[in-house]
Amino acid sequence: MPPTFIAIADHSLLVTFATEISEGAHASVVALDGAIAASPPDGLIETIPALVNLLVSFDPAMTDHCAVETHVQELLKTLDIQKITGARRRVQVCYETPFAPDLETVASATGHSRDTIIKAHLCGDYRVLMYGFAPGYAYLSGIPKPMQVPRKPAAVRDVPAGSVIIAGPQCLVTTPSMPTGWSNIGRSPTQILTGDQSRPFLFDVGDSVSFERIDRAMFERLSKDNAHD
Amino acid sequence: MTDAVFSVSFAGPLVSIQDAGRPGNMRYGVPASGPMDRFAFDAANAALGNLPGQTAVEISLGGLILQCDQGAVTLAITSGGFVVEHADKKSSSWTILTVQKGERLVIRAGTAGSWAYLAFAGALQSNAWLGSRSTHSMSGFGGGVLQAGQSLTVCEAAIRDDRLGDIPKPDYAPMTSVRVVMGPQDQHFTKTAVAQFLANPFKVTDAYDRMGMRLSGPVLDLDDALSIPSEPIVRGSIQVSGDGVPTVLLADHQTTGGYPKIATVISCDTDSFVQLRAGQPVRFTSVSAQQAIAEGRAYLAQNAQYLEHIAVARGSLEQRLMRENLIHGCIYH
Repeated sequence: MPPTFIAIADHSLLVTFATEISEGAHASVVALDGAIAASPPDGLIETIPALVNLLVSFDPAMTDHCAVETHVQELLKTLDIQKITGARRRVQVCYETPFAPDLETVASATGHSRDTIIKAHLCGDYRVLMYGFAPGYAYLSGIPKPMQVPRKPAAVRDVPAGSVIIAGPQCLVTTPSMPTGWSNIGRSPTQILTGDQSRPFLFDVGDSVSFERIDRAMFERLSKDNAHD
Repeated sequence: MTDAVFSVSFAGPLVSIQDAGRPGNMRYGVPASGPMDRFAFDAANAALGNLPGQTAVEISLGGLILQCDQGAVTLAITSGGFVVEHADKKSSSWTILTVQKGERLVIRAGTAGSWAYLAFAGALQSNAWLGSRSTHSMSGFGGGVLQAGQSLTVCEAAIRDDRLGDIPKPDYAPMTSVRVVMGPQDQHFTKTAVAQFLANPFKVTDAYDRMGMRLSGPVLDLDDALSIPSEPIVRGSIQVSGDGVPTVLLADHQTTGGYPKIATVISCDTDSFVQLRAGQPVRFTSVSAQQAIAEGRAYLAQNAQYLEHIAVARGSLEQRLMRENLIHGCIYH
């Protein structure tokens, strides 16, 4: 479908590429996001890339929906979706007790051993779809089919920061401690909120991510090294 | 100039440090935060002759009591309806006063309004995150939520005798309706739901915080069991949960979510909207995107004029009496 444009209040334009989630729709979102960053319309404040659409937020004192839409239409004419390749990011995970409280449940729910689940998780090809829910909560696609489990019926409180949680095809490394209904299969010392002023978040939307297994001793050491507070 | 140091004797829930906010980070799951009522916040700084966006304290209905332990500083309190007690005197908010060592400042909810702002003639010290001191309430990142027992330091604390007294109040028109641009998912609601949304009043409930305000009113039914992909959310988005209850998302909103949004409050109406209290009625009126832009620009122009007016130091009491006849009242609609 050709992209649709919807005016949001007096300050944003929502560009939608599809009504259902698909790799192609997300690739278009990432491509347009990049094109806008390279050639911003007048009055641009920021963009929010999501699964099938991109929100373009602007200063209504400087421009309006019409002007922003015209600018985006121009960019769409020459948009190269194929060319989009995000950076590759590496995230370390410790799957040992007590960091993987739901690993056993995921294993038995899917009829696999713990080790098979861990191997499947490590083999996944992950991409950063969008951020949401809380600062630094990056939704990754790519959980392999055999280990997919639905969301729990009720959220669990105080899931610690750094938890590697999964639901359906998605995976996420938590930042602040939050309640979640996703299954917690490991803990990462990798800081998504980097504490680095020049690059405060590890991922950009569109990046690809791979997980790397570490043992508990390594986890403890890296956690100490990575503490930036 | 020296520092003024306050200790927090009492702070209600959701009393937090705010500056102009941190736009530009929504793509990382971080909303702009900043003041719930941006206009009242701007007024507090303008009335002191501060730079726009200087760090201030946002006060909830819970109120705030400060004790000055060291130094002295002139400060401004803005926002409709709060009550200020200082040096055995009670005054309404929209006031400027100087608090000195040994004095107590009490700011508490009065008859109307939900958020008040306390700005200082000096630099309020606090933590910054992503270049802003605004508190993101859910994570506590930024300047932070105030807690009893903590201290607040104002560096380069100034005394501004030429600004003391009442701040000329903006002529707030009573809020009768909140203007929205329909969508982006209004087409997924039943025709009845859309008609009811615009025809019937809703009530503000006590389920509110810096993330959003839940309303009660007619149930807004969806046309089908809709599962939309998670998509961007903005300040002002009116999302409707599965039970048909609308919530208006505000300063600390999540940046993406899967609930359908029936409409979005236009930016110039969020300031008055957040000041409504539980039980107060609110009606929604639909405007076009073009009208929303025109209204937003008119609001900004009007605010700029008012802020410019209150930013002028009025001189000592004596000087003011001399000039009284020459001052034109600022008419603010």
